[in-house]
Amino acid sequence: MLAEKYPREIQAIFAKYPVKRSAVMPLLYLAQREEGYIKKESMQEIADMLELDVTEVAAIVGFYTMYHDEKAGKYRMQVCTDLPCALRGADLFLESLCENLGIRVGETTPDGLITLEEVKCLGGCHRAPLFQIQESDTVTFHENMTVEKTMELVEALRKTVNT
Amino acid sequence: MAHLLLRHRDIPGLNNIEVYKQNGGFRALEKAVTTMQPKQVMEEVKASGLRGRGGAGFPTGIKWSFLPDTIWPHYVVCNADESEPGTFKDREIMEGNPYQFLEGVALACYAVGATEGYIYIRGEYYPIAKQIEACIAEMEKQGYLGDKLFGTATSIRLKTHLGAGAYICGEETALLESLEGKRGQPRLRPPFPAVVGLYGKPTVINNVETLTNLPFIVEHGAPAFREFGTEKSPGVKIFSLSGNVERPGNYELPLGTTFRELIFTHGGGIPNGRKLRAIMPAGASSSIIRVDETNFDKVMDTPMDYENVQSVGSLLGSASVIVIDDSHTMDWVIKKTIDFFQHESCGKCTPCRDGNYWMKHLTTRIHAGKASAADVKLLDSVAAQVYGKCLCALGDFSTMAVRSAIERFPEDFAKVTGKS
Ligand SMILES: Cc1cc2nc3c(=O)[nH]c(=O)nc-3n(C[C@H](O)[C@H](O)[C@H](O)COP(=O)(O)O)c2cc1C
Ligand code: SF4
Ligand code: FES
Repeated sequence: MLAEKYPREIQAIFAKYPVKRSAVMPLLYLAQREEGYIKKESMQEIADMLELDVTEVAAIVGFYTMYHDEKAGKYRMQVCTDLPCALRGADLFLESLCENLGIRVGETTPDGLITLEEVKCLGGCHRAPLFQIQESDTVTFHENMTVEKTMELVEALRKTVNT
Repeated sequence: MAHLLLRHRDIPGLNNIEVYKQNGGFRALEKAVTTMQPKQVMEEVKASGLRGRGGAGFPTGIKWSFLPDTIWPHYVVCNADESEPGTFKDREIMEGNPYQFLEGVALACYAVGATEGYIYIRGEYYPIAKQIEACIAEMEKQGYLGDKLFGTATSIRLKTHLGAGAYICGEETALLESLEGKRGQPRLRPPFPAVVGLYGKPTVINNVETLTNLPFIVEHGAPAFREFGTEKSPGVKIFSLSGNVERPGNYELPLGTTFRELIFTHGGGIPNGRKLRAIMPAGASSSIIRVDETNFDKVMDTPMDYENVQSVGSLLGSASVIVIDDSHTMDWVIKKTIDFFQHESCGKCTPCRDGNYWMKHLTTRIHAGKASAADVKLLDSVAAQVYGKCLCALGDFSTMAVRSAIERFPEDFAKVTGKS
């Protein structure tokens, strides 16, 4: 239960808004913190807190790309291939990442470490190729990347998980 | 020239509150709160001629004056959703010069009598949102936000709200819906947010860069601001330069700077001995400017301001200048822009939702070389039917590159349809 796990965070979220319903997005991030996706039970709990129908909460999860309702790799590696990045070789970059990781876009490495995703502009077009890594409720940017640097990063992440 | 907005490039460590204070920080806010009436602040901003930097270029002071004095509370909402492909300026402001930005938000609150302001930051900017929250906490601690500012009765509180990946939430009414905890789908207008905005109350919505101009205007006055830029487009602008240039990045320059100066002097020109072929001055939403030997000098000498970019068949928008060299063809470019818009259409109205679905099919087929000239015609006609028939501007945006590409680069489409 979120209410038992994060009482202080939840209180702070509610204090931010004059209307309860506004809390839905921060609460969904909270629900995503633990396992990187939002479980049915959490959606129900949030719906109850906000006096909404659970289908309304699910519709919000479905609307925004950064909320996930299915488990994926520990790290979601999200490569931008929008026009400005593509002009600087992002499509090729993504293609060779696929080869190096041995997976296709949308798939997860067999060890459950990386899910590779293709996303729209991340606001870093001048530093393409780039990707962000979404992990639980946080995001980090990795810019001016090469395939070699990316694979080194993957190895480093693999080590932190295994130790 | 010293920067007005990207001041962190001249003053290292400006995202530290002490450094900001040592360099004149919060002087404007103190001046406004202790010596000016809110209406005076509004008048100064009107006189400055500052126009919104989020894309539409609407005069900021005039927008503020639409808030009725009979309905309260008023809200200020800052649009930090920055998601137009090719735009990355608000991010640099918030990272490097966060206190000037927050001082600007507080000044807007003071001018329209709002005691609460929300900053809607796109979810991908999570680390930036954390920094902004820390800056807000620091300002509260030191008495620049909160109650009884500078010993007066004024109180101003700022809060952040994190988006979760949806370009449409940059559209102001979709942003309000999202902030209210709903799916980010635009509202029917009228009523406008100035009258019925956040939680049904009068609301000002301004872009990050717009608000970051305010401390300078309030401290130094409108005439000082008007020393930069042109009569109708005063001030400086941050141009986000991307694509096929040597030195992509943000460049703060007076409005009215030419394409030549931006792309060749600052951007270092086109790499790999390639030629400039096309420019999209307003990100993926632009009509594509064709550059060839017949019009090279005319385009290059065009001043980039809200009026003059129209003379070469496009708009300045948020000044996200995407440069395209002659190794690329427009059938590919519009496939990319439609991929984006089809993904980002919120689905609320049929012309945009279905139109983008069809445009995606057609652009994909045309780019793959599996289409006929009739398909290109059909694509143009679908775009024409989407334009002007949608609930929000995203629908129109999705057609700009498509229609201009077909009209201005016929040879690219003749080639892929086997008609050259
Ligand atoms: C689809 C769409 C996306 C938009 N995205 C943004 C955005 O990311 N940031 C922004 O400031 N304005 C964006 N705008 C413009 C806003 O609706 C609004 O005009 C602007 O925030 C007003 O601020 P300003 O007057 O300071 O420019 C967008 C508009 C549309 C139609
Ligand atoms: S034009 Fe597109 S994005 Fe705008 S409301 Fe209609 S469907 Fe949604
Ligand atoms: S297009 Fe990739 S970050 Fe902007």
